[in-house]
Amino acid sequence: MGKNKTKRLNSEGFWGYLMIAPTILGLMMLNIYPFIKTVILSFSSTKAFGQYEFSGISNYKEMLGNAEFWKATWNSIYFCILTVPVGVFISLLVAVFLNEKIKGRVIFRAIYFLPMVVAPAAVAMVWKWMFNTEYGIINEVFGIHVNWLTNPSIVLGTCAIVAIWSAIGYDAVLLLSGIQNISGSYYEAASLDGAGKIKQFIHITLPMVSPTIFVVVIMRLMASLKVYDLIYMMVEQSNPSLTSAQSLMYLFYRESFVAGDKGYASAIVVWTVLLIGFVTAIQFWGQKKWVHYDV
Amino acid sequence: MRTKTGSLEMNKKTYNAVVYLLLGAGAFLMIFPFAWMFLTSFKTVSESMQIPPRILPVEWIRDNYQKALNSLPFVNLYKNTVLLIFFRVACAILFSSTAGYAFAKLKFKGKNLLFGIVLVQMMLPSQIFIIPQYQMLANLGLTNTVFALVFPGLVSAFGTFFLRQSYMGIPDEIGEASYLDGCNKWQTFYQVMMPLTKASMAALAIFTAVFAYADLMWPLIVNTDLKMMTLSAGLSTLKGQFTTNYPVLMAGSLMAMIPMVILYLFFQKQFIEGIAMSGGK
Repeated sequence: MGKNKTKRLNSEGFWGYLMIAPTILGLMMLNIYPFIKTVILSFSSTKAFGQYEFSGISNYKEMLGNAEFWKATWNSIYFCILTVPVGVFISLLVAVFLNEKIKGRVIFRAIYFLPMVVAPAAVAMVWKWMFNTEYGIINEVFGIHVNWLTNPSIVLGTCAIVAIWSAIGYDAVLLLSGIQNISGSYYEAASLDGAGKIKQFIHITLPMVSPTIFVVVIMRLMASLKVYDLIYMMVEQSNPSLTSAQSLMYLFYRESFVAGDKGYASAIVVWTVLLIGFVTAIQFWGQKKWVHYDV
Repeated sequence: MRTKTGSLEMNKKTYNAVVYLLLGAGAFLMIFPFAWMFLTSFKTVSESMQIPPRILPVEWIRDNYQKALNSLPFVNLYKNTVLLIFFRVACAILFSSTAGYAFAKLKFKGKNLLFGIVLVQMMLPSQIFIIPQYQMLANLGLTNTVFALVFPGLVSAFGTFFLRQSYMGIPDEIGEASYLDGCNKWQTFYQVMMPLTKASMAALAIFTAVFAYADLMWPLIVNTDLKMMTLSAGLSTLKGQFTTNYPVLMAGSLMAMIPMVILYLFFQKQFIEGIAMSGGK
């Protein structure tokens, strides 16, 4: 019996290692090694013939003394401030409405979700056209003449509008599944007590769905801090307002693959990871104040 | 009493009307950019710049599509995108299923430590891996290949985590029963357990496909040869050629997005639920 058991355990171990082998080896090669390499690169400078030499904290020194870097850091944070609260609020409203028993809600859901399946490259292209100063439909309809993409103080807001528009459907679907988990009896009790829709929303929906809101906020924060593709497509490198829209990951792309300074670029990406970690940690610390996990 | 219910019903009606109005207005804002893209793609340049703007084209011309087709090798772009998605999805399903099952159901030494590697990868943004990943491919002379496109997605930490959750939801008794029926470890996994995670595998496949299709930075970096680009990356180069010729840019964008949108129209429910399922991690 004892022998049999060992044999069985052995074979379970054999299968276990065999079945995780591709994933673990892949992660080692594709993620663990590159992660370590990036950190090492951030402490190195490029020499001739693609060689690298340890250069201490010189990349970080250069980075912290660089105005473009600080501007990019601020742009990434500012982009979060512009997109996350408004985006999550609108998504929550959409989710609440999609939860009503109305005709055509499946169609509405499908429409709101549509931007999710369209590549950001195509999305950015049409919004750039609509935001065109001279001939764009937005300026035409409102009879205004706003330089949406070349005015340095507006450009990031323009990108934020597109980002919010793109993410509403996805966030709303996540929030909707959170709302649908709330037991209907709470609402029945509340409406017997004469509570209106707005009161029900504030006193039932909001606290009960707060764990889902938290998940969405964290996801949105992470995605916004590392935003790249949308801004890259909307604001090309020749745009005079580039520095006002350039996010950290856009700067990283330009430093590493346009300018070719991989050491300096690595320092930027390490910084971004620390920033994301810091912001996420604050969120997890702050959630105690507003997320209700009971019930 | 009667008046109270009456006013409540009245409120209900007004409320529903408001909901419809707001949802409808929102839906219009969601659809409009795509409609505008479609309409612009059939206009001449001067027509597209007309002030005040015309909604419908005077004549539905197809030149813009021809121009986009002439300046971008769309056949290659479609092919590369399809191959990228196929291999990413196949790898994610295959390797994540085996690893997810092993992490959920099998006992072996160092399991928690090894699973930690999976979690670490999930926490870190992909950009931190990009430079060394690129250097590996460049050193092997493998840039500008389909393999290069697939490379960072050969294995999926998220997929492993996601399918592990799904296997953990299957009671152990099912595995034990099939073991007693004479299945060996592999048969238990492949013939009994794996089919039970069909819904999760579908969700993972959709999620992987949509993100591979949308990705821009990696394809732009590894495949600089226009013929080896994906639709997203190719589209971004079209922008450089036709800076202000928006009808052509719209035609190109529409051609790049249409395959995924058609799939979405057919499998709308699976798309939404699949992506929502994956996101709700």
